[in-house]
Amino acid sequence: MRSKFTWLAVFAAFALIAAACGGDDEVDVSDFRVAIVAPSASNDLAFTQSIVDAVDALGISPSVTDGTFVVDDAAAAIRGYAAEGYDLVLAHGSQYGGSLEEIAPEFPEVSFAWGTSAETFGLDNVYSYEAASDEGGYVMGVMAAGLSASGNIGVVGPVETGDAKLYVDGFIAGAASAGANATATYIGSFSDVALASETAAAFASAGADVLTGTAQMVVGAVGVANDEGILWFGTQANQTELAPDIVVASQVYHWEVILEDIIKSVQDGKLGGEIYKITLENEGLVIEYNDAYDLPDAVKEAGEAAIAGIIDGSISTG
Amino acid sequence: MTSLDEVQKRRLLAYSVPILAVLSALVIGAIMLIALGADPIKGFSKLFSGAFGSTSALTETALKATPLLFVGVGITIAFRANVINIGGEGQMVAGGLLSTIVALNAPDLGPFILIPLVLLAGLVGGAIWGAIPGALKAYYGVNEILSTIMLNVVAVQLMNYLLRGPLIDPLEVEKGTRIPQTERLLESADLPRLFGSGRFHIGPLVAILAAVVAYILLWRTPIGYRIRAVGQNTSASRYAGIPVKRTIVLALTMSGALCGLAGAVLVFGSESHRMVTDGSTAGFTGSAGFNGIVAALFGGLHPLWTIPASFLFGGLLVGGLALQRAVQVPSALILALNGLVVIFVVSSDRFRKRLLERPPVVIEDDDNAQPTAVASSADPPGPAGGADPGGGET
Amino acid sequence: MSDLFTQSAIIAVIAGGIRLAVPLLVASLGETYGQRSGVLNLGVDGIMLLGAFGGYYTVLKTGSPWLGLLVGIGIGIIMGLVSALMAVTLKAEQGISGIGVFLFGLGFSDLLFQKWVGTPRPITKFPKLDIPGLSDIPWLGEMFFQHSVVIYLAFAAIPFSMWVINKTTFGMNIRAVGENPEAADSLGVSVSRVRWATVTIGGTLAGVAGAILAIDLGIFQQNITNAQGFIAIALVYFGAWRPLGIMLGSLLYGLVNALVLQMKVLEIIPNDWSDIAAMTPAVITILALVVVASRFSPPSALTKPFTRGA
Repeated sequence: MRSKFTWLAVFAAFALIAAACGGDDEVDVSDFRVAIVAPSASNDLAFTQSIVDAVDALGISPSVTDGTFVVDDAAAAIRGYAAEGYDLVLAHGSQYGGSLEEIAPEFPEVSFAWGTSAETFGLDNVYSYEAASDEGGYVMGVMAAGLSASGNIGVVGPVETGDAKLYVDGFIAGAASAGANATATYIGSFSDVALASETAAAFASAGADVLTGTAQMVVGAVGVANDEGILWFGTQANQTELAPDIVVASQVYHWEVILEDIIKSVQDGKLGGEIYKITLENEGLVIEYNDAYDLPDAVKEAGEAAIAGIIDGSISTG
Repeated sequence: MTSLDEVQKRRLLAYSVPILAVLSALVIGAIMLIALGADPIKGFSKLFSGAFGSTSALTETALKATPLLFVGVGITIAFRANVINIGGEGQMVAGGLLSTIVALNAPDLGPFILIPLVLLAGLVGGAIWGAIPGALKAYYGVNEILSTIMLNVVAVQLMNYLLRGPLIDPLEVEKGTRIPQTERLLESADLPRLFGSGRFHIGPLVAILAAVVAYILLWRTPIGYRIRAVGQNTSASRYAGIPVKRTIVLALTMSGALCGLAGAVLVFGSESHRMVTDGSTAGFTGSAGFNGIVAALFGGLHPLWTIPASFLFGGLLVGGLALQRAVQVPSALILALNGLVVIFVVSSDRFRKRLLERPPVVIEDDDNAQPTAVASSADPPGPAGGADPGGGET
Repeated sequence: MSDLFTQSAIIAVIAGGIRLAVPLLVASLGETYGQRSGVLNLGVDGIMLLGAFGGYYTVLKTGSPWLGLLVGIGIGIIMGLVSALMAVTLKAEQGISGIGVFLFGLGFSDLLFQKWVGTPRPITKFPKLDIPGLSDIPWLGEMFFQHSVVIYLAFAAIPFSMWVINKTTFGMNIRAVGENPEAADSLGVSVSRVRWATVTIGGTLAGVAGAILAIDLGIFQQNITNAQGFIAIALVYFGAWRPLGIMLGSLLYGLVNALVLQMKVLEIIPNDWSDIAAMTPAVITILALVVVASRFSPPSALTKPFTRGA
């Protein structure tokens, strides 16, 4: 017994000494400090990458804690960054909301932004932001229908929730409006690349000639599409490089469009209380075409028409 | 030099072994930090201060350690019966789910009734999820490693289904976002906070209580005796009239119950006061089901020693997160570092045990002047290959 | 429901099931060698991840899937030796030393991926081989004989392992050491050398399994194995420590997965039941084992380190 207490005592002594010596942070007033807490990897070509790229695009080098899919760990990270006096903490995960609601009031000088969501809890230091991914989904669904000879289109989804569900629903609606039948299969995981791959193969064998999907596991599905010569529409990030021969277009999230506004507001003293949305209209969502793919003019026009219709409100994606 | 000094020296060396192991792992971690262009000194001082350097740090560490302790004690009970329970993840989920379902359907009976009720529900949920592999092993010969791994998968998918379906927060349905979470659970069921408005809740205390109860159970009750007997020698136990099959089921059930309790504490002690996941395998548990196994073995499979072991391992996990934030290395590095710590500590265990063996006592025979060695006594091997209780077992 | 019984659907399920089964099969086979000699290695998933990244990175840089496979073998050997050191010589507790390897593999593969690769890029896959003659058979040809080369190699490892374990001296030593190390030791068999060999084989095959997974998918992502390594370990028990059983177990798991997927794609399983459906492979595996009522018992010395004279 004595032994383990010795162990504990040594550890504790070490800790106290270290804590006394280290850990003082300089407060940097000249720069705007942004921290990001996100659930998947920064290079996932999907959700997390989109926000990291956006902050980089604004010329700010963010502090990032990625891979925190466990809500308690994310809460600890959010709290940690807030305590260290960051100006803006991006809680980039829909599941972080419940925790954020408790943390934000404790740090009234810090601005928090919660994505993807449309809820600020009535707190004046919480912003929220989301993507109207159904809009781009709809547009690409229309184009997919135009490109599909068999009328058979497949969607590979992770879990039917949040941003993924928005995109999938929009895509299916768009395809339907153009007379094609798109069906979605949710594989039940955000990270099972092999399963996503096999789902694409299953769609291929069922006769699909256009595919799309969302979340980081689709990289496997894109590979299969490439092998089978099936066309692909991407979302959240530009996926052209994954398969330059068959990727038609990607709905790219340009969060920087709204982040700029948020940052300006914070610097002006308003720390929260607004909901932001990236849309086709404010160019937070951009359909980026693969120049190497020869897109027939008729299809492109249909797509452009859809964009216009959504922007002026004549088309509803729901 | 008396033999007593010798023993003292060896004991001291033995207890420094795990510390040296951790330090060795951290040295490799430092090398990796340098390779990534980060400052290892700053990093490691943040590791310690983030884990132990302030009240809030200690609170976080205690909270992180709580599920580790529950799971670790549960694993210990199972290990003592020579059953390897890798199903902690699933059992935590099952306990979390049942306690949540109870909370969603129970009237507001006030904290004094509601809290024990939901914790009990967690216990029961986990117990069921442990009883299944227990029964499968005892009565159908299905190996528990297989069944517990498979049941982990089942539990997670069940949770995803329920949290996105029948149990989903009605607000989520309204907004159409459908995040897999329940509504905010009854306030009366919130685990009470201690020490003012801080984050420390009674969870760690319940866990410590559970560890003490487990110790008493294993060494002071007939049930515990049966469990340990079955773990040491199944056939001898059978000859002695111990109902081996029922004992195995009991051990796994109790193990599962503790993991289930961990799940319930996670839900009702959480910041968000609800059960939430993101759809991934460890989204709810944070891998506590696996990390708890590590804590159990760091504690030498002894419930009381699992308390400091969980606390220290929890500190490593919390400190690791602080290190990541401070020097901005990818979280993946912290994961790898945790792995290295486990590898080094587990690998060095042999040296620690060797040093704890009482050396042969030498008796000098005056007539012959020839030393006669009396048999050295190594601690008796425990279940699953030589895990010894590490002191204090009666 | 009738959509499921079309030619293309059935072929897709079987071919897909085989593809999903292969990494499981290879990793599980490797673990079998170790377990048969009495050593449990829970680190398989971590080794698979390291092998997967190594294989992916090599192909990314050199363009040759075969070099990637070679690197996967190399990484597997190294990690196998490390695992052997821990389990056999240092007699570390087999329940958790493996978990350390798993955590390390998961983190380190992701770390290198983020630092050395950044944004994932696709790589060349293994060439497909249509077995002349057989691949033209209607139905069966597409199901079995039009796969990538490594799949054939993986399946060839099964009868090879059966031969090694049952017909060679080495195999006999493995079995002896796993059942009764004291007796084997007294007969002059070096228990530790046999276990070093089997655990290293286990690590090697885990590394290969990971490399096959990544190269055949043509991409890498963090946690690309998604805990398949643990499924592989579970399948060792399902297969009763025999290569043929391993093969059947892996195929069962893979085929059920592929079937569920196909049913989802054909909308036979509605999206609301998606999560419940995802449990199916796990449930079926347990049920299958219960029904089969395993008469096989584990190697008696499994998880017990051996010390002469202890």
